[in-house]
Amino acid sequence: MKSLGGSAHALVDMQLGEISRELFVNQDLYREEQERIFARAWLYVGHESQVKAPGDFFTSKMGEESVILTRDRAGKLHVFLNTCRHRGMKVCRYDQGNTKNFICPYHGWSFATDGKLVGVNDYQAAYQPPFDRDQWGLVEVAQLKVFRGTVWATWDPQAPSFEDYMGEAMFALDKGFAPWDGGDGQTELLGVPQKWIIPSNWKFVAENFSCDVLHTVSHRSVDMVGIGPSVGEGRRDPMGRQLVTSYPGGHGCLYGIWPTETPRQDYAGSAETAAYFQDCWQRRIKRMGKQAGIIPVVGTMFPNMSFHAQQPRTILVAHPRGPLETELWRVYFVDKDAPLAVKRYLRSYYLRYSGPAGMTEQDDMENWNYASAASLGTVSRRYPYHYKAGLRAGGASDDVPGRVTENPVTTEQNPRGLYKRWADYMDAPDWTALCAAQEQP
Amino acid sequence: MSTGYSPCGPDAARLAYLDLMREIEDFYYREADLLDERDYDPWLELFTEDVLYWMPMRLNLPWEERAQDITSEEDTAWIHDDRATLEKRVRQIQTGIHWAEEPLSRVSHLITNIRLPAPVSVLPEGASVTVKSRFFVYRNRLETETDVLVGRREDLLRRLGGELRIARRKIVIDQSVLMAKNLTVFL
Repeated sequence: MKSLGGSAHALVDMQLGEISRELFVNQDLYREEQERIFARAWLYVGHESQVKAPGDFFTSKMGEESVILTRDRAGKLHVFLNTCRHRGMKVCRYDQGNTKNFICPYHGWSFATDGKLVGVNDYQAAYQPPFDRDQWGLVEVAQLKVFRGTVWATWDPQAPSFEDYMGEAMFALDKGFAPWDGGDGQTELLGVPQKWIIPSNWKFVAENFSCDVLHTVSHRSVDMVGIGPSVGEGRRDPMGRQLVTSYPGGHGCLYGIWPTETPRQDYAGSAETAAYFQDCWQRRIKRMGKQAGIIPVVGTMFPNMSFHAQQPRTILVAHPRGPLETELWRVYFVDKDAPLAVKRYLRSYYLRYSGPAGMTEQDDMENWNYASAASLGTVSRRYPYHYKAGLRAGGASDDVPGRVTENPVTTEQNPRGLYKRWADYMDAPDWTALCAAQEQP
Repeated sequence: MSTGYSPCGPDAARLAYLDLMREIEDFYYREADLLDERDYDPWLELFTEDVLYWMPMRLNLPWEERAQDITSEEDTAWIHDDRATLEKRVRQIQTGIHWAEEPLSRVSHLITNIRLPAPVSVLPEGASVTVKSRFFVYRNRLETETDVLVGRREDLLRRLGGELRIARRKIVIDQSVLMAKNLTVFL
């Protein structure tokens, strides 16, 4: 891959906190992103609870492309590009299920759940000499990792390990995707993903969830009517002190830090849920001590995996479909061991919060939609976006790793970090350069 | 037909059935007008206190699993609301700062194919009847933003205080990936 010679960094001014509108509307940059970001980075693919048994599959996406997450007959997880090696047809057009083979509807090639080409129509007669079927299995990702139930993959064999890719953001994933008691129990998805299409660039979604405390004004209407899990105003229960943290890999997160000596009153709207949470909270304190109060609220793992880890608990992936179109996939997760009544209560809370019918998320999508539309024009593109909040604030914290800003909590350091890393990907020809760029401010 | 109305039945039962059908049709046309004229408070009164307002999702599944291609009540959904949440959705629009519906979208609800899968002639106080229908909802907002939402509804209508009320609404949209950016329009 040739270098863009620093041209992407010219669009992202870290000193001034100004980012060019071209990032959000430009077709050429969008095409480059597919090669330089989505074909190289670690991407979220799915959740282990979607493929429990051998033969289970779940059809997902990595960037623009359809992939199949599957558990083979021997129990091993794989992620394959969903395209037949013969003439490109999708070998799986079902959303989920269990199968022995993926059979292409076009010419009948069939692939086992470990990706091997096991059947070719008219193999003996049509191919003289016979071709080597081992060379024509499904295209598989270069690396795959399961972490606390979440499944990730990258197409790039040169990419660093998942742990190195995340770096200190592993702390956020570990805390965010543990069950409520902080132990090693499992989480599971509440059901199938919500999938919907929005008319805006994927980076609006990524930066919003990386931490944009300033945008809470978007949600004033839902705060006024109150949809929180306890009776009263607002969207959430109190989550304690807040810290904004960014990581060199482009990841960003907002933490809530609850003083463990102060009792919590979460989920007061449901006696069963409150009791379950309280029981988990006590066990969490016993297990983790003062660390028990440190829980991510919201975050984005570069490039496009975003999450809420407290209220609600959900993963949102912003799959690119074009400079001005994004396909959102949102799943909701709960402790596997939680009682059914708790899962039901959480589901109704989660669904009134998030997704296309979510009373919070609806207003985000209106803003991303018309911010994109109003940034398309020739004149409009001359004026960069303003990311100056907390420009010179930030440092280290004893509580959490990463670059931490507590004051002002409205800092835009996380979007700045995301776009700095975006420029690294766009300019760096290989992972050696990408790793070196990570060390530069 | 196995139960209820028979076209060869006694005249009184036939007339009662036609009368009930007219009442149900009129109920739906009034509901459409209330929504499209943004008269949300009387619209809320059409629902019982214990209503489930539910919009499941659709899956792409093999032929033999087609019966499961609508998500179950224990699965995720687009919407899974009780009466209190439905009221909050209305109150949010009425704040005047719910940006997804401010300014308001222009909406038309076309409700057709109204049918009682198990016809009855009379609906006495406290009794319920299942009603199936189709919706074709056109939404246009700001300049050219346009969505068309099409699908089926299955309602449980209950007679309370002499009036029809919606005790349960299931909305089955004919999309798997939702092509509208949001669902701020009531279906």
